[in-house]
Formats: sequence, structure tokens, C-alpha cells
Amino acid sequence: MKSYNLMIVDDSNIIRNKIKRAYDKEKFSVVCTATNGEEAIEMFKSHPVDVVTMDLTMPKMEGIACIENLIAINPDVLILVVSALSDKATGIEALEKGATGFLLKPFTEDQLQDALNELTDDIYA
Amino acid sequence: MLEDTLQVFIDGIKNYFAHTNEPEVKIGTPYLVDNNAPESADYTGIIGVSGPNKGCVYFTSPKILLKHLLLSIGESETHEENMVDLVGEVANTLSGYARRTFGKSFMISVPVVIEGVPSAIHLPRKLRSYVIPVTWKSYNASVVICLQPD
Repeated sequence: MKSYNLMIVDDSNIIRNKIKRAYDKEKFSVVCTATNGEEAIEMFKSHPVDVVTMDLTMPKMEGIACIENLIAINPDVLILVVSALSDKATGIEALEKGATGFLLKPFTEDQLQDALNELTDDIYA
Repeated sequence: MLEDTLQVFIDGIKNYFAHTNEPEVKIGTPYLVDNNAPESADYTGIIGVSGPNKGCVYFTSPKILLKHLLLSIGESETHEENMVDLVGEVANTLSGYARRTFGKSFMISVPVVIEGVPSAIHLPRKLRSYVIPVTWKSYNASVVICLQPD
């Protein structure tokens, strides 16, 4: 099974912890975490990241701008948006900027695991 | 404020607790309060709203509810920092849920968390707010909505 390096971007400690508890440990390993978009870009430049979970509403730099920056650095990165923003326009905008999937908050640990697995399985579809 | 608007937030509350290990939540009858006597508990997570609707949405809760809620979402660390984080996250999630109905123009800020009563900066004292009473595991909290047309 291919393994993926994961970066978690969310300003909430409890959400970062929830994602850490939920992901498939055989398939993913967390290489870094960030609490806002600016920090995420710095982390992304200095760590080998394959997959990102990305919050949208964050201080300093919001998620949509961060997605654009990450895609500019590495167009192959897989980005799962994990956000409470439930309107269709935001979901479409995130996908247009380069996100690969979208998971609404609140989520269960099973839903997160399924979303991450779908994201990576799609590569081989 | 229309009944439909309140229903959006009631649906958001039910949806939030449906994703915990103890999904049963009781929603009381919403009521109006003057902002010079605002509803508040130990911690309050406030979301500023801008766009066609201006104002704020906040979730205010006693510590005991937040401790149990942390455990119910799988978080074993129930210290102060995580309670503060959670009260903001609940407010953010409820406000984000409302965009399903109000759309992207219902612009929401990152959460501001305070102890107790929101200041006049967040909650103009001349206005009134709707309070939605929330009871979960016998603990009482409130979701408060203060919105006015721009």
C-alpha cells in the first residue's frame, strides 16, 4: 500500500487532534501541522507533503488563498478541505483553486477516514 | 427576524450534536432579550457576521457542558485551553452551517472567545437578540443571534 505524508491545517487544536485520531495509520503519517495559511506555506516548503487537510476560516491567511499558494508550489498535492462553510459557492471555489475534496464540519472520525481514502484512491481511478 | 432564520440555526445545533457520541439535544422555545442584559455562561464563542446581514452569532456555555462535549467528540484532554477552543469551534460550525441557506454573502469571522458577557463592540446594546436555549445531558447553554439588515 502506498503511504502518504499528511499536513493538517486548522486553527483549532481539537480539530487537529480529531484528524490525528481518525486517519488510517497504515496509509498516512502526519509530517507537520499548521494553525493558519501562512504557517502552512512555510511548513509545506520544508516538509515532504503529499496530502493536506485544510480549514478555510483561519486567522492571518484563509484557506482558499493558502490552497492557491500550495498548488503553485506543487500542483500534485492532494487537498481535502475540512470546513464548516456549507454553501455550494465556497465548495466550488475551493475545487476551482485546486482542492481535491471537501468534508463538512462537524464530521465523524469515520467520515474523515473515508474522505481521505477517497481522495487518494481517486488517483488510480 | 423570520422564523425561518431561527430554524436554520436550530437545524445547525441539531446537526452539530448529531455528530457527537450523545446526539440527543433539546431545543427550547426561542425568545427575545435586550442586549443590555445579554445571555451568557462561563465561556462565549462569538462569530462576527457581515454582508447583507450584520451582527453576530454566539454560543455561550458552562464549563461542565464543554468538558462533557469534549469527551463526547473523542477529546480526552478537557483542560481550559480545549474548552475555549471548543466553544469557538461550535460557534464557527453553527455559523458555517447557516451559509447553506444564506449563501456565501453571509460572511463570518474567525471566532472570538471570551469569558462571560460579550462586550458592546460585539453586541450593540441598543439592539435585541434572539436566544435559542439548548439543553444537552441536562446542562443548559444558549445560541444567541443578533442580526440586522445592512
